[in-house]
Amino acid sequence: MMQKRHSSHELAATERARRNRLLLVGLLLLLPVLACLFLFFGRYPQAGWTPPGSFWEEPLLRLILTQIRIPRILLALMAGAVLAGSGFVFQMIFANPLVEPNFLGVSQGAAFGASLVIVGFGYAPVWIQVSAAGFGMSGLLLSWALARRFRFGGWILRLVLAGIAVSAIFSSALAFLKLVAEPTRDLQDITFWMMGGFWNITPARLLSILPAVLFSLVVVFCYRWRLNLLSLNDRTAHSVGMIPIRDKTILLAAATIGTTAVISVSGLIGWVGLIIPHLARRVFGADSRHALPGAILIGALFLLLCDTVARTLFASEIPIGLLTSILGAFGFIFILIQRRGGLR
Amino acid sequence: MTAAFSISGLCFTYPDALQPAIHQVDLDIPEGAAMALLGPNGAGKSTLMDLILRWKKPDAGTIRLMDRPLADHSAAELGRLMALVPQEEQSQFAFSVVDYVLFGRAPRLGALGLPSRGDVAVSYQALEEVGLSPLAERSVMSLSGGEHQLLLLARAIAQQTPILLLDEPTSALDPANTANVVAILKRLHRRGATLLFTTHDPSLAAELASHVALLQGGSLLAEGPTGEVMTGERLSALYQTPLHTLRHNGRLLVFRSA
Repeated sequence: MMQKRHSSHELAATERARRNRLLLVGLLLLLPVLACLFLFFGRYPQAGWTPPGSFWEEPLLRLILTQIRIPRILLALMAGAVLAGSGFVFQMIFANPLVEPNFLGVSQGAAFGASLVIVGFGYAPVWIQVSAAGFGMSGLLLSWALARRFRFGGWILRLVLAGIAVSAIFSSALAFLKLVAEPTRDLQDITFWMMGGFWNITPARLLSILPAVLFSLVVVFCYRWRLNLLSLNDRTAHSVGMIPIRDKTILLAAATIGTTAVISVSGLIGWVGLIIPHLARRVFGADSRHALPGAILIGALFLLLCDTVARTLFASEIPIGLLTSILGAFGFIFILIQRRGGLR
Repeated sequence: MTAAFSISGLCFTYPDALQPAIHQVDLDIPEGAAMALLGPNGAGKSTLMDLILRWKKPDAGTIRLMDRPLADHSAAELGRLMALVPQEEQSQFAFSVVDYVLFGRAPRLGALGLPSRGDVAVSYQALEEVGLSPLAERSVMSLSGGEHQLLLLARAIAQQTPILLLDEPTSALDPANTANVVAILKRLHRRGATLLFTTHDPSLAAELASHVALLQGGSLLAEGPTGEVMTGERLSALYQTPLHTLRHNGRLLVFRSA
């Protein structure tokens, strides 16, 4: 009898794992199908659906396809995957469902870097990318160095405090840049960059962030089960054979490198790293073995859909950060007022 | 009998503290023993446990685990030799009970390995052992205090280590749950596991331990087989309150003077 009950429970767990695997495969198949379908949506020659035949007839459309739509859709997929995956990693490592990738001074550093170029040299996309990536990473390194010198609390708390301090410094510097920016052109460019978008992506810029994005996703994916252990307290993680500080450092660095690479070309895209991990845990359960790849795939799908809406719905582009913020905030409220509500 | 742990000249002082938390401790913990680290609050029990777990590094002295210096073992090796049942642990995420127990399998997997069906089966056996298997699919966040303590014990059992370290294993439990946990620990000890647990409760030490180490102000007051070490005189000196021991039906009882 006991053996029978034992087996039925094991069956439930196996069934749960099988269902999760099927869902992951389903999402993995859905992504390329939708990505291909959305290639036929855009604003040229008219807003909405572009008949496939017209790509053969019109050379300009072919150019738009290869130089704009394909890189843009790939960037949307990469950005969604990285931001959601990194958000998941941050939430697990900080054992806090309210943190996101921009926790360690990265986004404010990147925003400062981009604004510095805009104010100093005008709108130069390549230099904005380089500067945003450089200052974004310097946000991480500064947080790191400061945390090592702090004499208060454990390592993770020190990192959080250092991240808050570094973000505040970059925010002040950014406010100063906005104050001195030429108001009719530079200030608008800064505001637009900070709202996020994929409109100025080129194949070359996409390739420039590919190594960082792949590195980030591969490292995070390899740790997908052990991430569970890092959400426990460090002493427990140590007792089951982990080296918590080393493992957390590797994961935080990988997540931040990926995030910095993405926002250096896209600008700030909020809420994806916060809300998608919650959604993934609702669908796949708390075990990060399935929920982490789930978050990566749902994040990619989410930004693919948002970007398609952003570039198709109106004659002028909707900044994608604006869309993700609206959808993210409503999603957040929905999760909190659900019957089985609460953050997971 | 060989020693699971051999500790000599161990010293540890917390940064900015005036007094050492552990001072010149020499202690052998025999393989297969159930040893209680007994002492009042602040005696250094948890610090000694952390040093044994290699969670803290001693300022001086050595610890040998299974006849090898503790520092020579890799992190995964340590996880295959000793499992920890912490006093309390809270998860911020709604893991299922069986997934939580499965975490105990980590030291047996490769650096980035994933648990197999065999690991899942071991986790179910551990849940069966502590009587939690009907709750296997429940969220760990929905468990009562007693069930949560059993969950932590099941995870340690799933780790399949010869040594179990338990930090105040019954301090937060009611009498029924305490009896349940003690019964499980006795069963594990009978099967050959070495148990090392901290407690400030002499009655628990008397009931469960084959050996006792009495700690006071970071120093070892006495150590050895429970029946020899736990005398009323020593316990009274340890807790600074009159305590008596009585042997009844082969059991050692500890009580306070009226």
